[in-house]
Formats: sequence, C-alpha cells, structure tokens
Amino acid sequence: MADHEHAALPPAVPPTTRRSFLFRLGIALNVIAASLLAVPVLGYIASAIFERKARQAWIPLGDLEQFPVHETRLASYRNPFTTPWDGVTADIPCWVRRKEGGAFQVFAINCAHLGCPVRWFAESRLFMCPCHGGVYYEDGSVASGPPPRGLYEYEYRIKNRRLEVRGGQTPTPSEPV
Amino acid sequence: MDALRNIGRWLDERLHLTQLYQASAGHAIPRSSASWSYVFGSATLICFVLQIVTGICLALVYVPSPNEAYASLEYLNYQQTLGWFLRAVHDWGSLFMVGLMTVHMIQVFLFGAYKFPRELTWIVGCVLFLLTLGAAFSGQILRFDQDAYWGLQIGISIAARIPGIGAELVSLIQGGPIVGSETLSRFFALHVFVIPGLLIALIAVHLRLVLTRGINEYPVAGRGVDPETYEAEYEELIERTGIRFVPDGIDKDLVFGAAVLLAIVGCAAVIGPAGPNGPADPTLLNTVPRPDFYFLSLFAAFALMPPYLEDFVIVVVLPLAVLLLFAVPFLSPRGEKHPRRRPGAVIAAVLAMTTLCVLAWEGLDSPWSPQMDAWSGEPVPPHFVEGRSALELQGALLLQSKQCRNCHALSDEGGHRGPDLSDVALRLTADQLVRQVLQGGGNMPAYGKNLAPAEVDALVAFMRTLHPANALPAHDPAVPAMPGGLRAATTAQSRAR
Repeated sequence: MADHEHAALPPAVPPTTRRSFLFRLGIALNVIAASLLAVPVLGYIASAIFERKARQAWIPLGDLEQFPVHETRLASYRNPFTTPWDGVTADIPCWVRRKEGGAFQVFAINCAHLGCPVRWFAESRLFMCPCHGGVYYEDGSVASGPPPRGLYEYEYRIKNRRLEVRGGQTPTPSEPV
Repeated sequence: MDALRNIGRWLDERLHLTQLYQASAGHAIPRSSASWSYVFGSATLICFVLQIVTGICLALVYVPSPNEAYASLEYLNYQQTLGWFLRAVHDWGSLFMVGLMTVHMIQVFLFGAYKFPRELTWIVGCVLFLLTLGAAFSGQILRFDQDAYWGLQIGISIAARIPGIGAELVSLIQGGPIVGSETLSRFFALHVFVIPGLLIALIAVHLRLVLTRGINEYPVAGRGVDPETYEAEYEELIERTGIRFVPDGIDKDLVFGAAVLLAIVGCAAVIGPAGPNGPADPTLLNTVPRPDFYFLSLFAAFALMPPYLEDFVIVVVLPLAVLLLFAVPFLSPRGEKHPRRRPGAVIAAVLAMTTLCVLAWEGLDSPWSPQMDAWSGEPVPPHFVEGRSALELQGALLLQSKQCRNCHALSDEGGHRGPDLSDVALRLTADQLVRQVLQGGGNMPAYGKNLAPAEVDALVAFMRTLHPANALPAHDPAVPAMPGGLRAATTAQSRAR
C-alpha cells in the first residue's frame, strides 16, 4: 500500500533476469510438487470407486433345516468386507423364503424404493416398509406403494446342506446386491 | 489508567486496530437498515459460533467409529459432566441456525436485497445455506443411531438413482461396500473439517461483500434499483443518514442475538438433547426411521409424489430448484425492492414456505406408512363388536390377525395408509368388498392367495356391519334394499361364489 516509491512499473516485455528466471522456475517446481501431491490425494479418496468391483463373496447363512418350507425367516450374516471397528453395522440382515421343492428366495433387507428395512408379516404374507409405505408380496414383487421394482434378491447356492448367498455390498438400482 | 491507555496505544500502533475497526465493524450503514428486520443474519452467525464452540467440546469425547459412536454418545448423555447439556445446545443450535438462516434468506428475498449490486452476496449466501444443510445432515449421521443409519441409507438410495454415476457415487459416499466405519469417518471429516472450513471461508467472503457493496437500505416503495444510478444514490443516502454499525446500529442485533442464545439454552436445558435412538444395528428391524426436522419435507415428498416422477425430481427438479435459487439476482437484477410492489415475489416465498411446512408436517405424521404394530397393539373399540354374530366376530378377529389395521383405522385408531373402515359398509357393497379384498387395487395388495373363502366371508360379514346405526349400508341396486334381507342375501351371494 505505501510502497509506491519501491515499485517501478515493469517494462512491457521484461528481459529474462536471474530473478524472473527463478520466479518461473519456482512456479514450475510448485506445479510439479502440487501434481505429485494431488494425484495420491485424489487417488486416496477415489479408491472407494476403483476398488468396488471386487466386493462380492459367497456367504453362509445357515443350515437348510433353519428354513422351513413355505416360510420366510430373518437371517443375518457378517459382511465379509469389514474393518475391525465396524461393530454391529457389518451384521447385515436378509429375508430367506423357502419355496416348494428346495428352491429359495433370499431378499435384501433394503426397500427397493429408498433403502429402509422391510419387515415380514407372516399372517398377511407381506413385506412392509416403515418409511414411504412400500409393500411387497412374499415373492418380493411390489404389492403397493412407491417402489419402482421388487425387492433385491441375492444369488444363492446350497453347499454341504448349507444355504449360501453371494453378497457384500449395499444393493442399488444399478448393482443389486 | 494512563498506563492502560499507553498499552492500548502501543498495541494500536502495531496492530492498526483503529483502521481495522473503521474498515469493518465501524463502517457506515444507512440509518434505515438498523431495523428489526435486519437482525437474522447476525443471529445466524451467532449460532454458527455457538456450533463451533459446542462442537469442539463434543469432539473431545465423541468417537467416530461404528463400534464406539453410540456408546460415546450415551457416555456424553449420562456420565460426562454436563455432556447432555452441550449435546442439547449443539442440537438446538443447529435447529435455530437452519431456522434463522431460512428467515434471513426470506427477508433478503422479500426486501429485494439480492438486486444490483449485491448479486454475489446472495449467491455466496445460497452456498452458505446449502453448506449449513450439509452440516445438519452430516451431524445427524454422526448421531449414529437408527435414524442416522437408515437416514443415510435413504440418502444413498437417492444418490444411487442418478443414472450413469449412481453406483460410483454410492461407493464414494460409503467409502466401502456397505454403510460402516469408512462411511462414519467420512461424515465425521465432512462435519468437523470440510464443511466448517468452507463455512468460515465463505462467511468471510459474505461479510467482505457486505462491506464492499454496503448493507441493503430499507426498501422504499416506488424507489427501484437502476444500476446506472444506484451506487451514487446509495452513497448519497449514507452521507445523509449514515451511522456507524458499531456502536450506533448494532443495538437490535445485540438484543435479538442474546434472545436467540437464551432460547437455545432454555430449550437445551428444558427439553434436552435428541437421542441417540437405538444403536445403528441393521438387524434391529423394529424401527421407524425419520430424518431430522430439516429433511422431513424431502422425506415426505418422496412418499407423496407419483413414483414415476421420482427419478425426474432427483435428476432434474432438485438441481433446477438449486439453480433457480442461485439465478434469482439475474432474473430480476433491477426495479422495485419493496415487497408491496412485488406481489409475485411474495406469492413465490409464501408458496415455497407453505409447501415445505405442509410437507414437513405430513412427514411428522407419515400417514402413508403402515403402522407396524396396529394389528397387534390397537384395541378394537367395543361398539364395533357388541351384538355381532359369531361369523362377524370371526371377521373382526381376522381384520386384526391379517394385519388389515396396519393400514386401515377403526375409529381413527390404526394405520392411515388406506381408508378408515369405520363406515366402509356405506361405501362398498358386499360384492365390492369381496373384490377389493381378493384383488386389491388402488393402493391395496391383493389378499386372494392368502385368505380361505370362509375367511373372506367372515371378513366381509364383519365389514358389512361397519356403518352408523341410523344409516343404510351401500347396496347393489339390483338387489332389493331391505335391511333384514340384505345381509342374508349378500352373504348367500358371496357363498355362492
């Protein structure tokens, strides 16, 4: 502010002096350093996106005897991809429906509308969601309310008389279970 | 005394405090702006400072890990000395901050303060508003209870609906495959570092703009903004009626700010902190997740809008609404400021606020959601079952056990997803009742596969009794309307089916 006496107007095309060379060198070095830092920082944050493809595994839900024919039971599993400090949030529930003749349907807990936990009502054979009024039939198809599709279904297999499902991530419209 | 004055002078010479005061707090404002209408911005700022102070205190105890977060909140509530009070002040402070900021925004909008030359002040204010909502949402997540966990699931599900980048966005928000430790840490970093940092920086810009462009004068009907002459007029106004903000124009801000602080402390002391309501254990399904107040209207909108509109609202309407908010100063940069001369602006503000408030009110009640325990928990009012036949009584039992009352009320008790059944016999004939039960329709699931014919008979027989004693039930015009014969005839009909 009070520096007029020191600052002389620079000529239109300043000649390259030692000072201006150092100034440009300093800018260039800082650009290099900034990129060297920015790449790892962005990579660190975005790794959540790049690494997401591998998050699928077969998870045992329990012995077949736990799931009587014609009934829908709540099961839960420990998500296979956790940190030691995940606590109970890594215990993921799901609904197991055993149909006639050994066929199963395993539904994600999350309503296909906006992800709230659906509850099974055995007497009316309906799943009801407590958030926006989504209701599903026992086969997971939409009975009423805003859900755009039926309940998300896990892939399942039976191994050594145990029911296993393929899961590991929050179900979304583009990547169901 | 002299010694003190000397120290003061010494500090002033080194820090230039007098110049700082003259250039900031002591700047001149029009006398008309020292008004009760202009106190909401400073009150919002006071709330923010309060949030910083109480937030730092809470961070001394809170553990941002799913394994410990809930326990650390319980510790704050019950064991840490005055922990409950600081949690309560932080919670009420956030409510007041969002509320006051909204009022500030409405006032600025109605007084035309966003017009030339204060467009940037408005835009920065809008960013501050969005950031504050972000702070409110992330804060709600840090209260890692069932509402937080499932509220986050709702937020993630909304993000997942965005075509093309939905799944990537979900991974970025979650930080991992599910809502868990990485997610909570992310929201902790957002709530504690990123958002407050941005808020502090942008509040500085907002205040800087108030200094460079001046505070809005109190609008006068008939005196509009002309960008050619406005600045000269404003300067003339300051010269004619200018007072220093500190100490001459700050009196009302001080009184109102203190009232706000006292109100926050009062609410915190009397009503206490919110939650935490049950640990964030996904396997506890006996939960009815509801967002905090600020997001109830959005929550309600997703229940009430037609489902086919949802994706359109997420991808187009919400971003457009934000864009519209930012564009306000460019849509009407000049002209009248006084609300009396801008009926369109008044109507827009009233409409927007009424919509938000009605939606939030509906969200509190959530009549669209089945009442999960009504079938087992709500009593049947005695006059519905008094003097009924065995078949009708069996129907009454079925109405409970088949969980009809989760969605249908009797005498207003029970769910409100479907119509109240107290007088359903007035609206539907026996045949219509049978069809509605078996096939569903409207918003009702079909119960055909789930009820034996005898059960349908009993249900319908009971529902045919649900009408006021002095009114005839609905009847098929083709069947003679004789009260005695009607029941026999309709029951026989449904038997014959």
